[in-house]
Amino acid sequence: MEKDIAAIEEAFIESFSFLDTWEEKYEYIIELGKKLPALDEQFKTEDKKIKGCQSTVWLVASYQDDKVFFKADSDAVIVKGLVSMLIEVLSGQAPDSILNARLEFIEKIGMHVHLAQTRSNGLRAMIAQMKDYARAFKIIHI
Amino acid sequence: MILAGTSTDRLDITAIRLQFPILSRMVKGRPLIYLDNAATTQKPQAVIDAIIQYYCGYNANIHRGIHTLAEEATAAYEDSRTALQEFIGAASADEIIFTRGTTEGINLVAYTWGRANIIAGDEIIISEMEHHSNIVPWQILCKEKGAELKVIPVMDNGELSMPAYLDLLTTRTKLVAVTQVSNALGTVNPVKEIIRAAHRAGALVLIDGAQSAVHLDINVQDMDCDFFAFSGHKLYGPTGIGVLYGKKELLNHMPFFHGGGEMIKEVTFAYTTYNELPYKYEAGTPNIADAIALKSAIDFIKKHGRNQIRQHEAALLSYATEQLEAIPGLTIIGNAKEKASVISFIIKGLHPQDIGILLDNQGIAVRTGHHCTQPLMKRFGIPGTVRASFAVYNTTEEIDALVAGLRKAIKMLS
Repeated sequence: MEKDIAAIEEAFIESFSFLDTWEEKYEYIIELGKKLPALDEQFKTEDKKIKGCQSTVWLVASYQDDKVFFKADSDAVIVKGLVSMLIEVLSGQAPDSILNARLEFIEKIGMHVHLAQTRSNGLRAMIAQMKDYARAFKIIHI
Repeated sequence: MILAGTSTDRLDITAIRLQFPILSRMVKGRPLIYLDNAATTQKPQAVIDAIIQYYCGYNANIHRGIHTLAEEATAAYEDSRTALQEFIGAASADEIIFTRGTTEGINLVAYTWGRANIIAGDEIIISEMEHHSNIVPWQILCKEKGAELKVIPVMDNGELSMPAYLDLLTTRTKLVAVTQVSNALGTVNPVKEIIRAAHRAGALVLIDGAQSAVHLDINVQDMDCDFFAFSGHKLYGPTGIGVLYGKKELLNHMPFFHGGGEMIKEVTFAYTTYNELPYKYEAGTPNIADAIALKSAIDFIKKHGRNQIRQHEAALLSYATEQLEAIPGLTIIGNAKEKASVISFIIKGLHPQDIGILLDNQGIAVRTGHHCTQPLMKRFGIPGTVRASFAVYNTTEEIDALVAGLRKAIKMLS
């Protein structure tokens, strides 16, 4: 049985509570970004693209055993690290859990600045897209 | 070296910095280092005061009221127009049209002159280094009229290919619209040469002065451009105010842009007669406060001297170029012989956005991305650059901080 969304969010909040400086926080995110496996080139197509003003995120979703699974990639490593956390939290969850997720951990770890309109990095759009997939799978399968 | 405590050629940078209240603020716990001046410059106290004084002392609608406040506001608004006329060397204050900024100025020409004069088969020439604001209005116009948009290519060093430009000019060329200074590369284009060739071919020329008005000595009569558009906020003035210059005989014969108050002489339900220049193009209550405050920005530049400011910025550019080139893996995009104080670069294997985020955390504001010049980025085969752009208040110490910040970002990302 996989952990629920709240428990994974809590784990991230706890990990970040040990990181005192901005350098440590970003180094942790950069590390996550580097560790997230690159998306196979065949998935890096226009329709999988969530285009921000500055960086691009590619998002692929699939549905198996009543759960939605996400894979993603980005050309910028900090965004990729943030994307990696979102995948950790939302991938493998039921559509309703994804739709109801408030993702408050982003603010609690001090990374909400990357959700601001001005950042235009596709992260906001990515969360919306993940929820859209959950909604679509729910309509098709449930 | 230009240290904050020293003065160059009578420019006392420490004293100048003190005139900009924002420069004393902290960002992320560090003193702000503002190197995004090509996007917008910070405002000196005199500009801020002019806005406050207008609203506290003589706020009134202009040109119509006969009361004291209206007279004072009208006088200040028209004084600013005269100051701007002098600032760009226009022949008459009637040639100075207040706009919201460069983008509106370019659109005004596209929607009025363009719609009245461009027909199917005509050609408009722009360049590969144009800001989207000097591409899209012409694209819309060409599409609507069945005209052709031609593009002057940019060479590897970031300069326009002049032979290619001359080849593009034909008897069907009606307009050449190019920027004087590239916002993404810093390239200063040979506009006089461009204008002379266009005029020989019978075409008009619009110069996008958004980046140049703050850095170069502008004289529209000497340049002989037909239109010149620029923004106040990029030359220490307020946002939401800019100028379109046009030669009087052209403006007089162009159709109006927006209909409304101020631009009319007489209105009946049967017909309307239109006001003279420049009011013909200033429908509705204009941005009075910011137009007045723009004069304070011009006064600030005049007080310190355009040449002295230019020298200071040139010294910063050459110091920054030297320091940045020493960073392993860093490539400067745009190495034109003549550049304004804009420096764009990429670092091998790193995304500009990642660098921008890590610099921001060190209190350093730069611009990252495509700088609204997507075709230009495509031409260089890059998603974007990191851009540092300098103004009169920047110092070599700030460039040192940028270099140190970059080295730290590179270390964190590698």
